[in-house]
Amino acid sequence: MAELDKVTQAILKYIDEAGFKQEGAFNLRHNGMSLCHGNSEHVKIVKKEDKQGIDIYIDGNTNGEEIHIPVVVDASGFTDKVYNDFHIADGANVVIIAGCGIHNDGHADSRHDGVHSFFVGKGANVTYRENHYGAGEGDGARILNPVTKIYVDEDSVFTLDTAQIKGVDSTKRETEVELAAGSKLFVMEKLMTHGEQMAESNMQIKLNGTASSAQIISRSVAKEHSAQVFHPAAVGNAKCNAHIQCDSIIMDEAQVRSIPEINARHLDAAIVHEAAIGRINDEQLIKLRTMGMKAEEAESVIIEAFLN
Amino acid sequence: MLEVENLAFSVYENGTERMILSDVSFDVKKGEMLVITGPNGGGKSTLAKVLMGIEQAKTGKVVLDGEDITGYDIDERAKAGIGFAFQQPPRFKGMTVDKLISLAAGEPKDESECCALLSRVGLCAQEYVKRQVDNTLSGGEMKRLEIATVLAKPHKICIFDEPEAGIDLWSFSMLIEQFEEIKQDENQSLILISHQERIMQMADRVMVIEDGKVAGLGRREDILPQLMAQGTSCCACM
Repeated sequence: MAELDKVTQAILKYIDEAGFKQEGAFNLRHNGMSLCHGNSEHVKIVKKEDKQGIDIYIDGNTNGEEIHIPVVVDASGFTDKVYNDFHIADGANVVIIAGCGIHNDGHADSRHDGVHSFFVGKGANVTYRENHYGAGEGDGARILNPVTKIYVDEDSVFTLDTAQIKGVDSTKRETEVELAAGSKLFVMEKLMTHGEQMAESNMQIKLNGTASSAQIISRSVAKEHSAQVFHPAAVGNAKCNAHIQCDSIIMDEAQVRSIPEINARHLDAAIVHEAAIGRINDEQLIKLRTMGMKAEEAESVIIEAFLN
Repeated sequence: MLEVENLAFSVYENGTERMILSDVSFDVKKGEMLVITGPNGGGKSTLAKVLMGIEQAKTGKVVLDGEDITGYDIDERAKAGIGFAFQQPPRFKGMTVDKLISLAAGEPKDESECCALLSRVGLCAQEYVKRQVDNTLSGGEMKRLEIATVLAKPHKICIFDEPEAGIDLWSFSMLIEQFEEIKQDENQSLILISHQERIMQMADRVMVIEDGKVAGLGRREDILPQLMAQGTSCCACM
């Protein structure tokens, strides 16, 4: 069993809330190297030969198993690019807990670009959780640019749950999803930015199969001088249902742009989008204050609930 | 318990001051139920907000249980012992019903405690505990939940702004039972803003606010017949 230093342990607490254990199927990437890894009966993790990254093979008998594949970067000035491919067999039921934490105590920028591709078979159920977190006392930036490509075959369900709540200076997230007949996608994206942080999220969902559906919920809070841009797009190429909902709370001098796009290419494609940006509701603040909370405490409670 | 002296509140419209409340004085005794009624736009809800500190009085004094709370902010008044139920409660995206109740109670409440509280206001408890306090709840459900948040902990005095508005008849009966129960508590005082005769019939005293002034204040037995006799003013609102 690999020994983990304090910084790594601290970051893992944020990015792997379920609790990282060196048991079952797991892979901990640390400063561009696999620090430890293990397989289980139904999940095999294989190091790529041609480039950085791993192939994760999940067989059809996997039933509710958790796979933990966190990434930690704590070397200032380090740039890490990794390609992880998930091969999920028909009928598998799996929870994948990924995420990346950067601890930067230096002056140089630290960066992780994770390119994750999911090839989901028929009748599978996949939950993918990805928390991003930045820490450290240095003035070097903490940069995360994830690319997520998801190909969902017939009658499968894919749940994408992402959160970036603290410490990441710059992020550009690209997400592409293709849905076959009868497949379902649920996306919950949570984001909070502070200071001068920048966050951009582009998402394209192609609903290619009959009776495919997608629900995308994006909730964000932008504080101080931070800036956020959201561009979720749903393309209905068949009889399908999609619902995009982007809600943002804007505070201080922050900026939020939300550009939901719906694109129907089939007569029976039903696609809806909602987008709202606004400050914290005064009535909510007052209600909580009538319960005895100070304004700052009430504000924190509202934000925490909103990003829940 | 609560002493209010010469309370005044004004707003500025196009640079001109408009008085919303003028020279409002009254008291509420320990364990007493005071119903405030009067025509729409007369200043009742504004008075409630001024008492809670949501609006700042221009002049006047508010004393709660011997403590001068005139300069207190909203949260300080809440801590001093005032509970407040809004006429139109806000919704909270992402907040669950049990979380809101726990916040209102000032301590974590488990599912059974939340269920018991929700049942008191006529919400089928089990279904609601993990619901979100957002636009999936109807106006009537929100109203009942609002009352539950005030009942979540004891207060020296509770202010309910038109608790009957938006509530169906069955829930209204349960609400009346709740107010009767609170009334049995000799330590808890109640201010209810209402147009409902049935609520006024429960009052120890009734105060009529009209054009921002106290137009009548006295025992229910004395004030109600006057209101009924007037017919055209306050009774028109009932």
